[in-house]
Order: sequence, then C-alpha cells, then structure tokens
Amino acid sequence: MENKITVENLNAWFGTKQVLFNIDIDILKNQITAIIGPSGCGKSTFIRCLNRMHEVVPKARATGKVLVDDNDIYDKDIDPVDIRRLIGMVFQKPNPFPTMSIRDNVVAGLKLSGVKDKNMLDDIAKECLTKAALWDEVKNDLNKSGVSLSGGQQQRLCIARALAMEPEVILLDEPCSALDPISTGKIEDLMIELKEKYTLVIVTHNMQQAARVSDHTAFFLYGKLIEFGDTRQLFKKPKEKSTEDYIIGRFG
Amino acid sequence: MKWNKRKIIDRIMSSMSAACVVIAIIPLLSILYIVTINGISAINLDFLTQLPKPVGEAGGGLGNAIQGTFVVVGIACLIGLPVGIFAGIYLSEYGENRFGRFVSFLADVLTGTPSIVAGLFGYTFIVLYFGSFSAIAGGVALSVLMIPIVTRTTEESLRLVPGSIKEASLALGVPKWKTTIYIVISTGKNGIITGALLSIARISGETAPLLFTSFGNMFWANGLDQPISTMPVQIYTYAITPFPDWHAKAWAGALILIMLILVLNIGVRFVTRRKYGM
Amino acid sequence: MVKYLFRVRWMNKLKLSFFNRSNISGDLIFEAVVGFFALGIIVLAFLLFRELFIESGFSRNAFGLSFLTTSTWDPVNEIFGALPFIFGTLVSSFLALLIAVPFSLGIAIYLSELAPEKLKTPLSFIIELLAAIPSVILGLWGIFILAPFLRDHLAPILSTYLGFLPLFQGPMYGLSMLTGGVILAIMVIPITSSISREAILTVPTHQREAALSLGATGWETTRIAVLPYARSGIFGAVILGFGRAIGETMAVTMVIGNSPRISESLFAPSHTMAAVIANEFVEATSNLYISSLIEIGFLLLLVSLMINIAARILVSKLLRVEGGGRA
Repeated sequence: MENKITVENLNAWFGTKQVLFNIDIDILKNQITAIIGPSGCGKSTFIRCLNRMHEVVPKARATGKVLVDDNDIYDKDIDPVDIRRLIGMVFQKPNPFPTMSIRDNVVAGLKLSGVKDKNMLDDIAKECLTKAALWDEVKNDLNKSGVSLSGGQQQRLCIARALAMEPEVILLDEPCSALDPISTGKIEDLMIELKEKYTLVIVTHNMQQAARVSDHTAFFLYGKLIEFGDTRQLFKKPKEKSTEDYIIGRFG
Repeated sequence: MKWNKRKIIDRIMSSMSAACVVIAIIPLLSILYIVTINGISAINLDFLTQLPKPVGEAGGGLGNAIQGTFVVVGIACLIGLPVGIFAGIYLSEYGENRFGRFVSFLADVLTGTPSIVAGLFGYTFIVLYFGSFSAIAGGVALSVLMIPIVTRTTEESLRLVPGSIKEASLALGVPKWKTTIYIVISTGKNGIITGALLSIARISGETAPLLFTSFGNMFWANGLDQPISTMPVQIYTYAITPFPDWHAKAWAGALILIMLILVLNIGVRFVTRRKYGM
Repeated sequence: MVKYLFRVRWMNKLKLSFFNRSNISGDLIFEAVVGFFALGIIVLAFLLFRELFIESGFSRNAFGLSFLTTSTWDPVNEIFGALPFIFGTLVSSFLALLIAVPFSLGIAIYLSELAPEKLKTPLSFIIELLAAIPSVILGLWGIFILAPFLRDHLAPILSTYLGFLPLFQGPMYGLSMLTGGVILAIMVIPITSSISREAILTVPTHQREAALSLGATGWETTRIAVLPYARSGIFGAVILGFGRAIGETMAVTMVIGNSPRISESLFAPSHTMAAVIANEFVEATSNLYISSLIEIGFLLLLVSLMINIAARILVSKLLRVEGGGRA
C-alpha cells in the first residue's frame, strides 16, 4: 500500500498561536484515514493544511512539507488554487451555493474553471450525482435551488460538487455532525464506496464512526499527533495511554 | 409608591409612546394628502411634456425638468455607482487591514456630508474650472452624496454573504477573484441593487447640490456642458415666487417627484422581501 | 467517449499548471482595481476639503477668526460675519432636537417594546418613509401648511401663556425660527428614532427579565433596565440627528425667513449657514462675497463631519447604512 500523501514536520499557527506541532503522518492511497481527538486538538486545522485552506484565514500560516505523490504542495512555485482542484473538501455544515440550481451546483467548479460545453456538464452532473448516491432523488428536479434539499441531501450534493473536479483526494471535515442518523448512515456507506477510486481523509468527533468507516486512524491531542495506526488495532489495543483515555471516554 | 399609582403611570407612558408614533405620522399623511390634492389638478399630458411658460401665461409644463432630472441623475449614477460598488467590494473582500478599516470609516462619515456642501464642491471643482453651469457639474455634486452611501450598502451586503459559501468555492480550486465575482457578488446582488436604487431615490430629490451646478434652464437640455433644468430646483423656484399658478405647478412637480421616489422605495422593499439571495 | 477524453486531457493540463501562476496575477489585478476605487474615497474626501479650504482662503485671510463672531452681513459694504447664521443653525437645530428627541424615544420604545408584532414592520416602514420625502417638498408643505398653522394656531397659544418669555414675544408671520425648528424636528425624527430603536434592541433580555422579576412595570423596566443600557446608542442617535439638522438646507430655507438678524424670539425670522449659501450664492457678485459663503460652507463641512465622527464612534456597532445625515 502506497502513500498518497506524506506529511513531514507540519507546523501551523493562527497569528502567534501555534496549533500544530511537528506532525509526521502518511495518508495511504485508496484508504479512509480518520482523524480523531477532543475539541480544539487541531484536527480541523490539520486537514485544512492538506489542501492549503488553512492559510486563507488572515494571519494563519503553516510550515513543513506535504508531499502528494512526491510533489510538495507547499513548494513556493505552486499556486494553492491548483492544489484544491486535486484535493477536494466537504465541510461540516453543507454549503451549496444558494443562487444556483442543483445541476449548476454540481458543475460550479468546472464552469468557473472555464468548461462551457453544456452537454458535457450535464453528463458530468449526472455522473457525480450518481456517484454521490443522490441522482435518483433529484433527477427530476435538477433545476431546483441547491438549498431546497434536506441537510443530508445537501451534503451529498456538496460531495457531488467536489467529485466533479475529479480530485484524487477528498477531505471531509466532520461531514455528518450536522446531519440526522439516517443521512449519516447514507454518507458513511458512500464513503466506503468512494475509497475505491479516491483517497479519503475524514475528521470526526464520533469514534464509532471512525471505527465503522476508516482503515487507519490518527489521534490528535493539543496539536500533536499522539498515535496513528490501523483502525481496528488502535481501538482494540491503543499503544498510548492518552489514546486509551480518549477512547474510553475519560475526556473529550 | 403604591402599586396602583405605578400602574397608572405605566399606562400613561405606554399611551404617550403610542401617541408619539401617531403624531409623527401626521406630517407624513398631511404631506401626501396635500401634495396629491394640490398637485393632481395640474397634471396632464401637457404638463409632462411641455416647456415652462413665462409668468402670467397659462399652460406649459415641466417636461424639461423631468428630462433634466433623468440626465443629471444619470450622470451621477455613471460616476457614483461604479466607484461605490467597486469600493464596497474591496472593503468587504479585501478590506481587513488598516487601509480598509479607515476607508470604511471615512465612507461612513462622508454619508453625513451636507448637500449644500456637495453643491459648493461641484461649483468649485467643475463650474469654475469649465466656466459655466452644467449638467455634468450637477451630476458630480450628486455623486459626492451617492458614493459614500453606495460604498457602505455594497460593503454591508457583501459582508452578509456567509463565509462558508466562499470557503466552498475556494475549496473547489476557484481563485479568490472569481469567487468574489461569481459567487459572492451573485449571492449578495440583491443587497447591492437595493442600496443602489435607494441611493438613486435619494439623490433624485436633492435640490441644494444643483442650485449652482446644473442651475436651471427654461428650455430643453442642449448639452451636458450647459445648465439644465431639474425637478427639485424647478419646484423650489416656483415655490418661492408669489404667483399662485406657479405654486400650483410646484405642487404638481412635487407630486411627480414624490411618486417617483415612493415607487422606488416601496418597490425596493418589496423586492427584498420576496427574493432572497441567500 | 470523445467528451471524456477531452476531460482527461484537460485535467492533465491542469496538473501541468502546477507551475502556472495566472491565477495569482488574476487575484492581484482584481484586488488592485477594486482597491483603486477604495482609494477614490480618500481622494474624494481630500478633494472636498481642499476645494472648500482653498476657495474660502480669500475670506479667511480677510476676516480671520472674527468671521465667527461678527454679526454683520453686509454684501454692499463687503463686511461679512457668520455669527447670525451660526446662531440660527445652532438654535434651530437645538430646537429641533428638543422636539424630536422625546418623540424619537417614544417611537423607539413603542416600536421595540410595546407595539403588537404585526404592526412593528409597517409602522417603522412608515416612519422611514418620512425620511424619504425630499427636503424641497417638505419645504413646500412647510410654506403653505405648517407655517400658517403655527402662525394661526400655535403662536397665539404660546404668546398668551408663555408670552412673558422673550422667546415668544413679537409678531409671528409664519416664516420663523419656530417653524424652522419644527420642520427640522420632522426631518430628524426618522433617523433618531430608528437608531435609538436599534440601540434598545441590543439590550439583552436578561436585563429586562431582572427588572420584571423584581415586580417592575413595563415603563419602570424600560426606565431602569433598558434605557440606561442603551444610553450610549441613544446618545449617538441624538448626535446624528443634530448632525442632520445642521446640514439641512432646503426645507429650512423655505420656512425660516432668511433674515440674518439675531433675535431672542422664536417668532422672528432667522437664517442658517446652509440656508444663506442656498439663497445668496448665485447672486453673490464679488469674490469676497463668494469666498465668505464658501467659508461658511467649509465651516459647515467641518462641524458636520466632526459630529458624524463622534456619533459613529458612539454607535459603531449599531449603525446601518441608510445614510447618516442628509441636507
């Protein structure tokens, strides 16, 4: 199993406050890697460093190397905008574009990148909505507003939108925390399907979800990576005491 | 204090505050009523399309003033809308720094510029420079009032666009400038349009900036660099004369002006209630 | 099939653009363009001040500080003193506040606390509509309706019962300081009441609940819990209203009488800084005359802007953008 992303010595700050300390981690290809940890441990910050969204916030910065297929995305010659076409992201609260229809939402990234062929865009919309397990529910309503869907549907729409850019990695930042259990289940099933073609990294505060869905799990605490390993292994026999404390619910 | 007395005082104060609202509405109702009653009799097709006649001669109209208002307001929009909207975009999307905060504060303060001062500026900056009263000078004076308002309404409207939408766009690999144009502005466009329309309504009724910039003209507009008639100035000119038939024309002009402004105001509120950008 | 091939090829091109910096320059250009217009605001403010400052130079040099204290306004002999107008502006604006503030507070309290929910929006919309009426139309109404009303109905009452005060002595012909004050009050009420209302709405519920749980009546709650908390916002609203009043031109000049004399009586005609410019600028013949009028305009600009700065600092979080002070 090869690395899709290799993180070397990643440090991150908000202004003068350091929030990530010397993170070294390997994200394996076509696997789901879960990032767990208590609130404020830096897991969201970490994942946002992987597609260089962290630096969008004023005064935020990161140092270190993040190698995607052996190319360092933090190289100074690289435009972060291009990285984000390679590494897509789904956010905690579904955020479809409110002024666009469902179909336009899916292909928004492509249209803004200059793709104009209407037929091709329609095909891509259908393909991605199918991959996101949403096609059957919306196929007759493609012109309805993106925000007219339920929460779970909106989140799958956001996933379809991310898929349309043909990323190789998909980052999911607590994608189900704003959703009901049934929608959560659908998205978890979707993630397992997606890992065949894509590499997924998911941040979750729900340990059961991490256990259900992921192949590897990383436990963060106070901005440091405490333990990383095979999911079953980590949950059955954690190597570090703080990992064990977190898992059995002693804190967080 | 005895409870009853306190209750009585409470009732009195409640009634008084309700009375404040009623009393404050009376002038509005009176104005609308009087303008309609006095103005409506003088309005006919002639009034809207003809030039004013000299004192004593019956008939004539405010056709040139209506034309002139459109011209001068149009010039103000050509200057004021781009400047205000682009400045507002900068302040909302790129303005988190000392420069941005200063400009935002300055624009805020400038919304309180007295309109006669805007007129003086139009006079010294344009009229003196080019040597005559002109529609352009009037437009410039009005734009001085328009720019701060449009800047601030644009800024505020765009700030209301949720950050999550911007993030979603950036995460798709869309550069910031495209995100701003195609996502942020399109989501906030109702607010921007509302602000622009309200500012247009406001400057259409302004008189003081035009008194010595666009000045006035008894004839149809004959060039942007010439003095031009406008409704507010014409209403004022007629109102302060001692001639009753010119007073009647003033009321009629007031009726047209009020209708235009009320339509814009009510229309804008109606639009914002119905269509939601977000 | 062709379509997908195209897509794959395009995707590869994207990846080659790892080193493509066109997006970065797109961002820079866009930011520079909109930033340029933001700079325009500073340029506008600068030009505004500069023009008025320079053009008032003649008068400033001729009269110096005595311009502010001389009450002679004599175009024929070229002696210009702004005192009557400063007096008129201040008195008419204070009078306007005296009338407008209680009403504005009453409206603000009613609309934020007492009014039935369904009435709140329409009523506040109606009050705002008052602000949308152009100054010249208010002035027209003032000349033909308000002034005669005050002259025929209010003035006799005032002079009968309060005539011992110099304020209410002398004949009332309609166009007077009193009428000016009243019409300014009408123009100030919308903005002062709306910002006061916003200030009151920021008072957290727990403050009100604390008072109510002690057995306070509605009015007592407002008086001890709400108003003190909203104090600075209300004060800011009042200052903004004042700023609006001093800059107001047309309605005032149509009803105040335009007489550059300082009088103790509210029934006497008066003049304001904005009004004298509106009235006399076009006919001003000499350079000194014009420069003096511009100097008055410059003073008006300075005071107006200082008041607005003070008000905005006080109300910075509460203010929305419907335009602070109009003339």
